[in-house]
Amino acid sequence: MPDRRYTKTHEWVTVDGKVATVGITDFAQSQLGDVVFLELPSTGRKLGSRETFGVIESVKAASDLYAPVAGRITAVNEKLAAKPELINSDPYGEGWILKIELAGDAPTDLLDEADYKRVTEASAS
Amino acid sequence: MVDFGGWDMPQQYTSIRDEHFAVRKVAGLFDVSHMGRFRVAGDSCVDFIQRLVTNDVALLVHGHAQYNLMCNEAGGVIDDLVVYRGSEGFFVVVNAANREKDLEWFRSHAPADVEIEDRTFELGLIAFQGPRAQELLPCEGVDLDGIPYFGFGHGDVAGIHALISRTGYTGEDGFELFISSDQVGAAWDAILEHGRSAGVLPAGLGARDATRLEAALRLWGNDMDETVNAYEAGLGWTVKLDKGDFIGRDALQKIKAEGPRRTLVGLRLQSGDIARHGAAMSADGKALGIVTSGTHSFFLGYPIALAMVEARSLQAGDRAIVDVRGREARAEVVKLPFYRGSARSLSEKKESRHA
Repeated sequence: MPDRRYTKTHEWVTVDGKVATVGITDFAQSQLGDVVFLELPSTGRKLGSRETFGVIESVKAASDLYAPVAGRITAVNEKLAAKPELINSDPYGEGWILKIELAGDAPTDLLDEADYKRVTEASAS
Repeated sequence: MVDFGGWDMPQQYTSIRDEHFAVRKVAGLFDVSHMGRFRVAGDSCVDFIQRLVTNDVALLVHGHAQYNLMCNEAGGVIDDLVVYRGSEGFFVVVNAANREKDLEWFRSHAPADVEIEDRTFELGLIAFQGPRAQELLPCEGVDLDGIPYFGFGHGDVAGIHALISRTGYTGEDGFELFISSDQVGAAWDAILEHGRSAGVLPAGLGARDATRLEAALRLWGNDMDETVNAYEAGLGWTVKLDKGDFIGRDALQKIKAEGPRRTLVGLRLQSGDIARHGAAMSADGKALGIVTSGTHSFFLGYPIALAMVEARSLQAGDRAIVDVRGREARAEVVKLPFYRGSARSLSEKKESRHA
């Protein structure tokens, strides 16, 4: 399994060659509760790092989604339109959100597992 | 956990979806101990309550409860409350966020012989709601069939003394149980244990909001407040103008004669967007009002909302637009309630009397 990296805004990313897969973390889905709707971009759109690319909505709140890496969207998880609950049941697997072709090198400013854990512990307290 | 009227309460215990379905299909157990509970006693307590609320409490006999509004002089809703008639005096259940305000209002209007006691912290309150609630409530010493809708009796729930009231906030049949604070936790555990194999679940605020909204039950602070009058809130059936004087009567009489300027309508959203409290809504390019409550109904499979709009501007079947975070979400105006649960046959009898 490729190394998973994280953002402070609770997205995760794995990079395989030039393609990054992006989703939201298990912590994020548990904080949101049952996801009911995602507003997602189309394939082909170019994203800058940290750019807002969509909205995830649960009963509790609507939250912006941020691109953890810069690049062009090559795939959007179509299953989420009919089954947004995949985000809750399998956030790191079937609940992936986007695939992005990296514009440059793999980013180095993302958090590793231990750093991300400290972020979640701080926001959970 | 979220803050709700100053109380830390769970949005969900496991999943809003599962809890919502449990309430609609089997039964769910809600902790509603946050709601304010007052005991009102004294020789003139009937006249005292009668002057504060819109419904006719003189019609209430021992063992029965009544839904009421407490209005200001302008007819605006200070709070909605349920008034229970005990063997001596009344018991009143109010919204958590309004407990201190209501207590102050009660006390400032009370004659010398009326005693008002805040029992909120001595009595727990849990609500067991769903089509199978009666069958799955472990109780003894009480004939549940003998308790009508908005009636109450006394009995033992899992061996613990309880006041058992056939009331609720979900549109389903079910009971609200008033139990001493030091024993309510044990009763809670016993009810869940007894119903577990049948699918009973503890249910949090998310399921409570979704079920009450499907049943079009108003939430004070969202759908009405002191700037919204009883007729605008669609609760004119609780206003008994002929019962004698009460606070807000003159204003409400005038509003009824002229017709309310605004009204609450139901919306079904077309996409997956949740139209939340405060979202602007319009039709044919004309601003008509704002969304007062909205959520996603897992049970119905689409988002629903209540909106306060200009009177007579919309009817069932009309199209409307809700501004959801700057995007236009399409909605259809639908008849209320969105869903009729198992409390239907009981409440219809009740509502026909009020009509």
